[in-house]
Amino acid sequence: MTPASKSLISKLLLAALWLFVLVWPLTGITPQGLEFAKALRIVGAAMAGTLLCLGALKLNKSMNLGVGRAVSSVTSSLSRTPGWLWKWGLVVALAAFPFVSSRYGQDVAINVLVYVALGLGLNIVVGLAGLLDLGYIAFYGVGAYTYALLSIHFQMSFWLALPLCALFAATAGCIIGYPTLRMRGDYLAIVTLGFGEILRLVLNNWMDLTGGPNGLLGIKAPVIYLPDPEKGWELTRTLLKSPTAQYFLILAIAAFTVLAVRRLADSRIGRAWEAIREDETAASIMGVNTFALKLLAYAMGAVFGGLAGAFFSAKMRFVSPGSFTFIESAMVLAMVVLGGMGSIPGIVLGAIALIALPEVFRDFEHYRMLVFGAAMAIMMLFRPAGLIPAKRVGRRSEEAHS
Amino acid sequence: MDFFLQQLINAVTLGGFYALIALGYTMVYGIIQLINFAHGEFFAAGGYMGVILLAWMNSQGYMDSHPWLCLGIAFVLAMAYCAVLAMGVEKVAYKPLRRASKLSVLLSALGMSIFLQNGLMLTQGVYDKTYPGVYAKGALELGGFTFTYLQLIAIATTALLMVGLNRLVYKTRLGKAMRATAQDRVMATLVGISSDRIISVTFAIGAALAAASGILVGLYYGSVRYDMGFVPGIKAFAAAVLGGIGSITGAMLGGLIIGITEIFTAAYISGEYKDVFAFVILIAVLYFMPTGLMGENINDTRV
Repeated sequence: MTPASKSLISKLLLAALWLFVLVWPLTGITPQGLEFAKALRIVGAAMAGTLLCLGALKLNKSMNLGVGRAVSSVTSSLSRTPGWLWKWGLVVALAAFPFVSSRYGQDVAINVLVYVALGLGLNIVVGLAGLLDLGYIAFYGVGAYTYALLSIHFQMSFWLALPLCALFAATAGCIIGYPTLRMRGDYLAIVTLGFGEILRLVLNNWMDLTGGPNGLLGIKAPVIYLPDPEKGWELTRTLLKSPTAQYFLILAIAAFTVLAVRRLADSRIGRAWEAIREDETAASIMGVNTFALKLLAYAMGAVFGGLAGAFFSAKMRFVSPGSFTFIESAMVLAMVVLGGMGSIPGIVLGAIALIALPEVFRDFEHYRMLVFGAAMAIMMLFRPAGLIPAKRVGRRSEEAHS
Repeated sequence: MDFFLQQLINAVTLGGFYALIALGYTMVYGIIQLINFAHGEFFAAGGYMGVILLAWMNSQGYMDSHPWLCLGIAFVLAMAYCAVLAMGVEKVAYKPLRRASKLSVLLSALGMSIFLQNGLMLTQGVYDKTYPGVYAKGALELGGFTFTYLQLIAIATTALLMVGLNRLVYKTRLGKAMRATAQDRVMATLVGISSDRIISVTFAIGAALAAASGILVGLYYGSVRYDMGFVPGIKAFAAAVLGGIGSITGAMLGGLIIGITEIFTAAYISGEYKDVFAFVILIAVLYFMPTGLMGENINDTRV
């Protein structure tokens, strides 16, 4: 036994003891008496899990199983395939997906795509412009309620309402953005959080307009005209109600978002945002109009949130304030940070990880969120820059001194 | 007028709850510039430890003979429990991230918050747990106003803890070390202060105060819920920012302002929009004073 493993054992024992001290009072003290078995079981399970992970890590290191080598050989062979093959392969795979997967798979895919659009929208604000926004879901809510109200009261079609949703969300973005322009860092975070909560509370309490906590019913699904082979290819009115149709609709919105965000990031505006993120003072000295550009970042971020929101209410055909809580904002932010701020493939991966992975644990319903929270914290310990970090990112001026 | 003063008593009680939680945010932020999102969970855990301990003591019959001693023991044990919990959370989720970017620490905190909340739900169930009603009986008539015993307990405990904290921070060696670390961590380390230990202690003190607030809220409203940490956590954070995050007096003031706003909006304007007004005031104050009421100008001094 090496000294290192001895200290490991004592560390593990100490951790087990500490865990027991924390778990036992919660599980063991009942008016019926004191109980130890349950706490011991939980501690035992946690220790077994830790040992298993440590063992796997050690095995991988000492036996040289070459997991790392396998991964790197796969990635290197992948990088040898030409880029166009990749792109078209992805397009074909995305187009074929709804025909090869189950209804459940389609639902999960739709969810992932909604969050891809949201994550990329937030990425403009947080990833590119460096403004920490904890109330982003408000724009999603504005988009969703805009379409819901237009559809219910004016029977407006989805396609006409879509630009209006984007417009309203962008206006909301400016309204929230304007008073926060003077703030930085955590003050900005709490104010955006406050705005998000205000919107949710207004939605919850403005009974005449929003129906309060009961929400709004009777939203129309989007309509398109498709040639129908049975009627001699005559154009017929088709409701986009089936999961497959919804999948393609949100795929189009997400694809639009990906393209738009990519073009934005590579444009002069995107560079200016990145300059503001890295050092606002320096950027303004170099002639970047920080006021207009920060406002624009909020508005552009909100536009994509609004589009995703319009899709959400068209898909559910029901909206209620319960869908726009802080935890949703936190989830979207988690995708952006987990995936890698400012990196588009990173955020797509982050959305897949946060939406699809918890579905894998469906069977452990109760422990799903517990594991999710722990995974989020652990992820940050191992990859603080995210899964796929952006290539162009420096150290923020605000953090450089702390 | 009577109604007004009666509401003022309620407002001070509520403001005290927020202030106790806000102190934890502000102290942690003062030292490591981190919004500890899991802080609201310490408040919830404190409330639960209180109900667990009191229910157990009640079932053993200790409460009938020594109700006040039982309450005191519950306070001390719950605060100690949350202090240990917070030190653990800090060691697991924040300490390895000392040099990482602010956002990753924030996310780690968020993950911890979800983890703790669900841990509480799994061990304690999704339903409300009710506090034993022993302390809810009785009220004191003082010059025409009614203080319930619970309000007296709440106000007295809050005041006691705040005075204690003030003494700790401004009169002891530990407090001096904490202030030094908050001012400049590197320099403090150079003169021999173990900044890791100070950070750990700060977390523990903050969590203990939040736990006390959790028990008080549980006693005051009669029950606790696994997700009760979130909304007061957000409001207390707003209070800390309002007062100028990093400033202890500011946190107390901010807590009182949020409590007063909430109670008076509920009493005179609209019960449904009370939370909206709390946030509107927060935004308005920050718009005119971007670093809070008693905050330093961080943009200049932290360079």
